[in-house]
Amino acid sequence: MIRFTNVFKAYSRNVLALRDVSFHIAKGEFVFLTGHSGAGKSTALKLIYAEEFPTSGEVRVSGYVTSQLKRSEIPRLRRRLGIVFQDFRLLEDRTAEENVAFALEVTGARRSTIGPKVMRVLAQVGLAAKALAYPRELSGGEQQRVAIARALVNDPLVLLADEPTGNLDERAARGVFQLLRDINASGTAVIMATHNLELVRQTPYRVIELQEGAVVYDSAVDEPGKGAVLP
Amino acid sequence: MTLTVREALLAFRRAPLLSALSITTIAFALFVVGLFGLVALNLRRALMGVEERVEIVVYLMRGTPVEVATMAISDIQAFPEVAEVRYVTEDEALERARRELVEFQGLLGDLQVNPLPASLEISLKPGFRDTEHVRQVAERLQGFRFAEDIRYGRDWLEKLDRLRDIAGIVGLAIGAAFAVASIIIIGTTIRMGVLHRSREIAIMRLVGATDGFIRRPFLLEGALKGAAGGALAVALNYAAYVTVDRLVFDSVFYEPPQALLIVLFGTALGFAASAVSVRRHLKRI
Repeated sequence: MIRFTNVFKAYSRNVLALRDVSFHIAKGEFVFLTGHSGAGKSTALKLIYAEEFPTSGEVRVSGYVTSQLKRSEIPRLRRRLGIVFQDFRLLEDRTAEENVAFALEVTGARRSTIGPKVMRVLAQVGLAAKALAYPRELSGGEQQRVAIARALVNDPLVLLADEPTGNLDERAARGVFQLLRDINASGTAVIMATHNLELVRQTPYRVIELQEGAVVYDSAVDEPGKGAVLP
Repeated sequence: MTLTVREALLAFRRAPLLSALSITTIAFALFVVGLFGLVALNLRRALMGVEERVEIVVYLMRGTPVEVATMAISDIQAFPEVAEVRYVTEDEALERARRELVEFQGLLGDLQVNPLPASLEISLKPGFRDTEHVRQVAERLQGFRFAEDIRYGRDWLEKLDRLRDIAGIVGLAIGAAFAVASIIIIGTTIRMGVLHRSREIAIMRLVGATDGFIRRPFLLEGALKGAAGGALAVALNYAAYVTVDRLVFDSVFYEPPQALLIVLFGTALGFAASAVSVRRHLKRI
């Protein structure tokens, strides 16, 4: 479903953000992208949602070769993806419900279908009771749940989460992570960039570790059949 | 469509201060342009008042029969430049002189013979009241055998022409400068609004909004701001006009279509400025 083939990404002539990265992520997988700050995790995610394009090599997402996408085709790709960030990126002047509905409205969804869908995903992330709250009235964990609900509302093939627990205390982080696991259990692939090794160690999911832009470890390749055990 | 309208209107509600500031800025920029337009309008009206007095007088040879003069009048009336021809008989000329030249009343009253000739007073249509046209008509009038003398105040007409040219050039230059300044001010104002919402635009793109979807509310918002600013500018201009008309001198205000043009100019500028700002912004993200 997502395939990186010999991907290089340079932001400037001398700085390589990714070097010769190749991996394949299948439907329904849960994958951790780990590595230190600046290792290339966010760049890899940006290449998936076509915010950036490879300098060389190929990124294929759900049948699209991203570097061949016309600008007008990018929204169509993004509607198949759910994206969650460390800083939530909610619209401060809209309620939780409006923030989620917004992701449907931009796709031109029919009005009558929006309300029920929004309530369904808000219930899924445990925030049905706070549908009318504004982001400033919600805790960090709750805001991230709204962001996840927004990412889920279009029934994405894959949920991309860039340090989704980075701004949260431990309890909230565990809650959000559990939510991502539940989402994965219902069939949506999840790619989670994190440097929270504690979380990574506790779970049996695939780990791809980046170091200075290169893949130094991929549990699916290096230790097939085994759970996520970091070297 | 309804979503576009809703988003555009929401933008006013969400950032009322910035919206009010944008509208006021646009209004003042257009107010200055409108004020200049009013000055130009009133100047032109004053010039036209002067122009209306442009007249060619053909003095007739003594003894020219009335029938000849009458036939000539219908000929001259057929000139495309001519608005009206008045026949002033010798008696009327004397009568007028007695009335208008009060200081010579004694002298004129004692006359046994009327020394004044009959004349044709020819006024021209608007657009033909410049030196060149007047001269052409005068030349043609010389072809009439009964025409003894033709007068039309050449020096005065040339001065009027120059004044008209200068007013036209200066007006165009200053008007263009004001218009360009207002375009820049309005463009910057709208751009501020777009930058204010850059986070929102980025989020819209992340959730899969097309560029067109993102652009539409901004375009509508820009057009609405421009229209509101334009309407406010017309109101300010009207207030300025009323003040000057009451306190300084008699003046005129825009005709409704002209006032509407200011509002449309604001609307178009707001729309165009939004289009440029959003396009630039979208290109960067």
